[in-house]
Amino acid sequence: MLTPIVIDGLSDAALLFLVAVGLTMVFGVLRVVNIAHGSFFALGAYAAITLGLWAGALGLSQALSYGALVLSALLVAALFGPLTERLCLRATYGRGEIAQMLVTFGIFLILDDVQKLVFGVQERQNDAPLSLLGVCNLGGIVYPVYQIALVGLAVVVAFSLRWFLRGTRAGKLVLSVVHDAEMARFSGIDTAKVSVAAFTFGVFLAALGGSLASPITGAAPGMSAEATILAFAVAAIGGLGRVEGAGLAALIVGLGRAFAVYYAPAFDRATPYLVMFAVLLFRPQGLLGVVETRRL
Amino acid sequence: MKGPRALLWVCLAAAAVAVALASPWASFILTVALAKGLAALGVALLLRAGLMSLGHALFYAAGGYGAAYLARWLGVTDLLLLLGAGFLSATVLGLFTGAVLVRYRAIFFAMLNLAASMVFFSLVTKLYNLTGGSDGMPLPVPTMFGLKPGQGLFYLTLACVFVCAGGLRRYLDSAMGQGLGAIATNEIRLEYLGISVNGLLFVNYAISAGLGGLGGALAAIAIGHVTPELFFWTTSAQLLLGAALGGAGSVAGPFAGMLLLEGVRTAASQYAPLLWEMAMGLCALAVALFVPQGLSGIVDLPQQWKRAVQ
Repeated sequence: MLTPIVIDGLSDAALLFLVAVGLTMVFGVLRVVNIAHGSFFALGAYAAITLGLWAGALGLSQALSYGALVLSALLVAALFGPLTERLCLRATYGRGEIAQMLVTFGIFLILDDVQKLVFGVQERQNDAPLSLLGVCNLGGIVYPVYQIALVGLAVVVAFSLRWFLRGTRAGKLVLSVVHDAEMARFSGIDTAKVSVAAFTFGVFLAALGGSLASPITGAAPGMSAEATILAFAVAAIGGLGRVEGAGLAALIVGLGRAFAVYYAPAFDRATPYLVMFAVLLFRPQGLLGVVETRRL
Repeated sequence: MKGPRALLWVCLAAAAVAVALASPWASFILTVALAKGLAALGVALLLRAGLMSLGHALFYAAGGYGAAYLARWLGVTDLLLLLGAGFLSATVLGLFTGAVLVRYRAIFFAMLNLAASMVFFSLVTKLYNLTGGSDGMPLPVPTMFGLKPGQGLFYLTLACVFVCAGGLRRYLDSAMGQGLGAIATNEIRLEYLGISVNGLLFVNYAISAGLGGLGGALAAIAIGHVTPELFFWTTSAQLLLGAALGGAGSVAGPFAGMLLLEGVRTAASQYAPLLWEMAMGLCALAVALFVPQGLSGIVDLPQQWKRAVQ
């Protein structure tokens, strides 16, 4: 009984981590709570499905649909990242959460209609990436291999992000801006450029989450609102801005949801928010968050 | 209330009544917009103290569900009783959540409110036997002292708006209301003066929850149905948008904001049904980027220009 619950929980955690990691990174770097995050997640999913189906329709090798997963995330990031940051977000830096919230909610609403106009209101699905890998049998229950592989993919994303931030020059520039933007500017770092790059990278992560999840979840209207709120829950539980925290939170929520499905099905949807409420009540900065000194 | 401002309010009321008399359809739209305006006023009250609630839909929905339950369990159809039930259930809920949440600030306050409203959303969606699940619950056609009210709901909403706006104006001008701005500026100094900041915020939170419940009950009665979507975070964000659009600086602001939003929504759904969200989003961007003070800030613009010239 325990094995299937844990496997369900882990694959759910992988999805949750992919939903939340971009949001938490953008908050860490730009201090922006990005309500439009879920829109980029959904756009990634739609783009991946559309590209994958095109590749299939053109008679190209089905394996290309894996490439489409990453390519679509790159496309979404290139299209929306710099545009959003330069045109909308930049004006809100230092103007408090309310202005940011309005701007990102505005973008969320606009992108919601863009999705409907471009991709229609029908649910879309491309299960080529799912069927190509086949199924496997774990403890007597049949799982798609892709679902299991997603856990590995989430771990890969987590560690590459960690390596990028801590081990590369670009990452260190980003971290220095996170740590103290003013000091970074004094040391000659072009913080405006870092902000654009970091936000675009955040959009890429959001879209990648959506595209990697799309073979399992498909894409449908309402997806962005759902993704935004789940990302908020996971990111807040782990500590906004903490990538490792998002991983830990995704594990807790994923396993919690899996157990709830088996033992208290009425509570499965509420689990992320119950955990969020309980954690924030006692640790407002989140599980791995750092307390910031209050500025007088 | 100063002379010209009072006159403005009277003119607005006359205009609203004239529009409502001209078409029942417009009076429905106005009723819903003003009801949402009441809830947005509650959000604005928190904004004044520098607190952003991303979960105010909790009280808005609680108002609607409170009224729906009174009708479902006791078969009540009286307008005032339904309204009272909605207001009370939201206020009681606000007293409980407020007691816990006023200790938090900034993004943590926003997130905790969000979490609370989403817990309710998920449970209301799932507990089908108790709440009607995602189908929601119907509300009866209301009666007023046993009679069919006709346009009565609209006039009642208008009365609520005036009573609440007037009462709130007085509250904001009182020492307690002045304290709210002080909390946003520097709450530590306020504590040094011997004022309990959390106590002040608690009262404020309860009032804002009550306003949310009143608005929610009015809107639910007008629409005749409640669904779990009322609890969803996008409802909270819309209330926040209305409050910020109108400007939290004045009592009239949130109503102006909500009237504009509902107007845009109605116009868009008439002429471009696929684009109403985009229209609202553009409103949000325009306000956030160009008129940070909201619509009520536009009223002050000439004065600011004058000052700038001097």
